[in-house]
Order: sequence, then C-alpha cells, then structure tokens
Amino acid sequence: MPILPLHYMFLSLTLFCIGIMGVLIRRNAIIIFMCVELMLNAVNLLMVAFSKMYVDAGAQVFVFFIMVVAAAEVAVGLAVIVMMYRKVHSVDVNILNRLKH
Amino acid sequence: MTQLVYLIPLFPLIGFLINGLGWRTIPKTAAGVIGSLAILASFVVSVGIFFEVNSPSFHGPVLVHLFDFIQTGKLYIPFTFQVDALSTLFLLIITGVGFLIHVYSTSYMHHDEGMVKYFAFLNLFVFSMLLLVLGANYLVMFIGWEGVGLCSYLLIGFWFKNRDYTNAAKKAFVMNRIGDLGFLVGMMMILFNYGTLSYGEFFGKLGTTPGALGDNTYNWIAICLFIGAIGKSAQIPLYTWLPDAMAGPTPVSALIHAATMVTAGIYMIARSSVLYNLAPFTLHIVAIIGLATAIFAATVAIKQYDIKKVLAYSTVSQLGFMFLALGVGAYTTAVFHVMTHAFFKALLFLGSGSVIHAMGGEQDIRLMGGLGKKMRVTQITFLIGCLAISGIPGFSGFFSKDEILAATYAHDPILYYMALAAAMMTAFYMFRLYFLTFTGTFRGTHDQEHHLHESPSAMTIPLIVLAILSVVGGYVGLPAVISEHHALASYLSPVVSNASEHHMAAGTEWLLMGLSSGLSVVMIIYAFTANKVPSFAPNTGLAKLLENKWYVDEIYDAIIVRPLAALSGLLDKFVEKSGIDGIVNGVGKGVRYGSDRIRMLQSGQVGFYIFVMVLGMVALFAITFFGVKL
Repeated sequence: MPILPLHYMFLSLTLFCIGIMGVLIRRNAIIIFMCVELMLNAVNLLMVAFSKMYVDAGAQVFVFFIMVVAAAEVAVGLAVIVMMYRKVHSVDVNILNRLKH
Repeated sequence: MTQLVYLIPLFPLIGFLINGLGWRTIPKTAAGVIGSLAILASFVVSVGIFFEVNSPSFHGPVLVHLFDFIQTGKLYIPFTFQVDALSTLFLLIITGVGFLIHVYSTSYMHHDEGMVKYFAFLNLFVFSMLLLVLGANYLVMFIGWEGVGLCSYLLIGFWFKNRDYTNAAKKAFVMNRIGDLGFLVGMMMILFNYGTLSYGEFFGKLGTTPGALGDNTYNWIAICLFIGAIGKSAQIPLYTWLPDAMAGPTPVSALIHAATMVTAGIYMIARSSVLYNLAPFTLHIVAIIGLATAIFAATVAIKQYDIKKVLAYSTVSQLGFMFLALGVGAYTTAVFHVMTHAFFKALLFLGSGSVIHAMGGEQDIRLMGGLGKKMRVTQITFLIGCLAISGIPGFSGFFSKDEILAATYAHDPILYYMALAAAMMTAFYMFRLYFLTFTGTFRGTHDQEHHLHESPSAMTIPLIVLAILSVVGGYVGLPAVISEHHALASYLSPVVSNASEHHMAAGTEWLLMGLSSGLSVVMIIYAFTANKVPSFAPNTGLAKLLENKWYVDEIYDAIIVRPLAALSGLLDKFVEKSGIDGIVNGVGKGVRYGSDRIRMLQSGQVGFYIFVMVLGMVALFAITFFGVKL
C-alpha cells in the first residue's frame, strides 16, 4: 500500500495528542518540555507532508523557523528551571505554584 | 412713601440677621433694643403709608415691583408688594402690636439665657408675616405663610430642652403643613386654570373665563385655599396644635397665636373675597366650620384650669367667630374683629404673662386668687380685656362681635342663636378666669404669696396701651343705627366689600345688640356667683369630658397616629429591612460569592494553566473549522 500524505497527517496528529497529554499529565518540568518539543516536531512533520503534497517549498522553510524558535525556547526554559531548582530543590510542577497569589 | 414699602419687611430682616448671627456675642439688653427698634421703624413707615392710603387722593392698589422671581416659559411670577387699604391695615396691626410685645419681651425674657435667639426669631416672624400681607400674588403670600409656620415651630419649642415642648412644636408644624397642602393645591389650580397668581390679574379673569372644572372650579379652588386657612388659623379639625402651643413663652403666644399668625387665614380669605363671592357653597362650609369651632372651643374653655389654655381655647373660639363672619359674606366685619381681637387678646395674654411672672412660673388658676390686691395695673387691664372680649357695650369687642352677630342673623337666624350661645359662653369662661385669678383669697403656697409683686414698667406700659386700644379701637366701626359712617368699612371698600349689604330694621338691630349685651351681663353675674367660693372637686360626667377637651387628642391618636405608626413599622420591617436593604446587601453578597468562586481559577498550578490554554485552543479550533457560532 502506497504511503499517502493522509497517513502522515494521522501520524502528526497522534504525536501532537501524545504531546498534549504529556504536558497535561506529567509532573516533571523537564518531561513537560520534552512533550512540548514533541508537539513542535509533530507540527514540523505535518508541514513537510504538506510541502510534498502541494509541491510548495515554503512549508519546508517554515519548518526551519519552527526549529529555530524551539531551540531558543528550550534555552530560556531550561535556564528558568535551573533557577527554580536552586530555590526549591525540586522540578515538580505541583510545587511551583508561586503564581497563586 | 408707598414706594418705600420694601423698608417695612427689611428692618425686621436686618434685626433678625444681627441678632441671629451674633447670638453668642451680643449682650441681652442690646438684643432687645435692636429687635424692638426694628419693629418700631417698620411701624413708623407703616403709619406714613397709612396716611397716604387713607387720603382721598389715593387711587387703587399700588404695586411695588422688587424683582422677577420666577420666569420660565409662559410662567411669570414677580416678587411684588401690593399697597392698598387691606394690607396697610394689617401692617399697622402687625407692627404696632408687635412693637408692644417686643418691649414687653425685653423685661419678660430678661432672665433667659437664649434671649438673643428669641429676639432673632421674633424678628424673623414679623418679617415673614409682613411678607404674607404685603405680597401681590399668592406665591409671595405663601412664602410668608410658610415662614410664619417655621417661626411658630422655632418659638413654641424655644425651651428646647423640654421634650413636651418640642413635641408641641412638631405638632404645630405638622398640622400647619397638612393645611398647606390644600393651599398649594389651590394655588396650582389657580395657575393651571388662569395662568397667573397675581391678585389683580386673577380677580380680573374671574367671572369671565370658566375654569377647567366648569361651574365648580371656583368652589374647588376656594375649598382648597380654605383648607390652608383651617390649618393656619386653627379651625376644626386642625386646631389641636394651638392649645399645645402654649408651651412657648407667653409673649410668643400673644404675638403669634393671638394677634397675627392665626389671622393669616382670615386675611387670605378677605383678600380673595372676589373668588369666595363666586363660590357660595364654600362660604356655607366656612360659616359652618367657623360656628362649630366657636361653640366647641368655648365649651372646652369653660373647664380649663391653666390660665393660658383658657386663653388658647378662647382664641380658637374667636377665630371661629371670624370665619363665621367670612362665611356669611361680611368680610370687612371679620377684618374688624381681627383688629379688635388683636388688641384685647394680646392684652389678655400679656396680662397672663404678668401673672405667671409674679407667681414664679405657676399657671394653674386653682392655686391663684386675690392677686388683684398686689397687682393693680395687671388686674385693671385684664378686666378691660375681659370686658372687651365679652362684648360689653362701649368696649371694642362689642362693636365687632355685634356686627358679626347682626350679619349672621340677617343671613340665617338659626346660626345666630348658636353664635349667641357661643358668645354667652365666652363671657362666662373669661370672667370665671378673671374672678378665680384676681379676686377672692389666695390659694397658693406661702412662698408664692411673698413673691407676688406688680411687674416692671416695661411689662405694664404695653398692657396699658393695649387696654386703651381695647376700649377705643371699636369706634372705627359704629353700627348703622348709631352712625351713618362706618369708618372701617368705607376705608376697606375699594379692596374688600361685603357680599351683600343687609339692611335690617333699626328696631331689630337695637334688639340684637341689647340681647347679646344683656345675656353677657347675665353670664358675668353667673360666673361671679359660681366662683365666689370655688370648689375644685374632681370633675365627673360632662365636666370631665370638657376638662379633657372632649378627648379629641386621644381620638386623633387612636384613629390617625397609631395606624400611621403601625404602617410605618410594617414598611420598615418588610420594605426597608428585607426589601431595600436586602437588595443592596444582596448585591454585595452576590459579588463576594462570585468572586470567591472565580478566585479558584488562580490556583497557581502551572499544569492547570496549561490545561486551560489547551481548552482555549480547542474552542478556537472548533470555531474556525466547524463554524460554531459564538
């Protein structure tokens, strides 16, 4: 059976949903970051599939943009987590609730 | 000189401002002098204006325009004074008697710490009363009308630390207000139907243009204005404030509740004689109410033991006589009786003040007796006042009261006999008061007996002046059988004219005069014999009913005051506390509850925030791709 762009869309959707579930359910902040990366990569996959489907190179260029943004965001986010760890000595998201008041 | 009429109310107003603003700093004697001089100045100007009005070259009412008071759209009401025979006569009465009472007060109130405030209030009162009689339209009259009601409240409750006195002041003001509602409705009807409140314009339009209610318009307007007079001049059913108003200082009772304020109703009806002549049904009601009040109050006065209460009920009764005169169409006669009544009633009140002063504050006549020996001047002047009010020939009261009785007889003999009964009772209770107070043996305590003395000249000289006026004041209105010329009637005729000139046979007039005089003398002798050896056993039966004023106050309390209070309590519980407070507090509670719930969103947990973000994304997705309408 040939592999249709439809299959890529399903795969991308599945990865995206797994990523969302991970963000919502996991307690460890670093794991949550990994799930965010998973979501971004799912979108990347979708973009590439569409690029092949509509014979448009612009989508692949957009993938590069997304990768750059993801990298920058990870850098900043990990720095924040390191700072928090120095205070609370834990990366459990349930303890990081200083935003309450 | 008539152009200077604005000075007349101006002097008392200045007196009020000086005494009122400086009541902490001005010394007592100075306050008395300022107050009295202000009224004296007004009196001098009034006399000047009187001579000008009385001269043959005076034509028509003079209108002195001060400023435009109300000017909106089609409504134009100027602040104008009207100088004519009627207003000038009242000016003389108010400023003349007012001046004597001010002089009297300088001595009577000398030991009172609030004397400066007292003179401020008195001047304010005279100012308001002058506005009332000088106004050229009903609105300026109403300003004065309300002003005298206010000053009555201030002066009755003058010794404000006593709860009973302040209650009496509130009662007077509230009852006045009830009447004022009628007056306001009457004014609004006049404005609505005729577009103007000025006397001249209004009376000119009467009789030509029928009002909105057709033929009954005049009656309705007249009745509404009369309701105002009922409240102000203490007629049935709004009279109970006047006996309670005796809580105020005695000169106040003399000025306000004898000579001036209570006569405002009579002035108003006399001024509106053109209107009332077109409303015969209302005149009938006026006469009936006046007669009923005259008889009713006289019956109560027979069994009162407080010297001022007797005089208070006497005032209510005499006011009833004046309204009876108005009701039978004899307007000038009513004004005549206003004048003579001002003289002798002020005299009687000031005399009673002299007695109270000598008795050290005691007002119960059961504890008096034989005061004549120690207080000759007071006794003689009081006797003159009693003779005048009883209608003994030669004194002023005889001329005015007999004119009322004659006019009543010409109108309806049945009313005459009832009025005659009231006149007989007047003679009886006044002389009962005189004999119990000034003759016989003293019934009070030993200390009081030592304290008895004649009053200082500042108090006795006004008494003497008023006594002279009570004697000679009647000669301006000689009856037709004695003299062709009735000076007062011809003086007032350009402004006020009686409804119909009844010409009775000379014989009938002499008969009526003799009848009333004779019966008065009979009652005086009866009063003398009944009180030679007074016994003050507790009253039973009819006497008890009279002593307790026919329980009218208690009836009012049960029928009107208690239900109103209960209604207020109900409204307070169900509408105020549960309803309005419930809504206001409820809004507050609701906001608090809602905010408590919404506060839960701020859990501080990052996971929850991300979850909400995802929810938002899903919603956006649904809207964009499936067109779910918001």
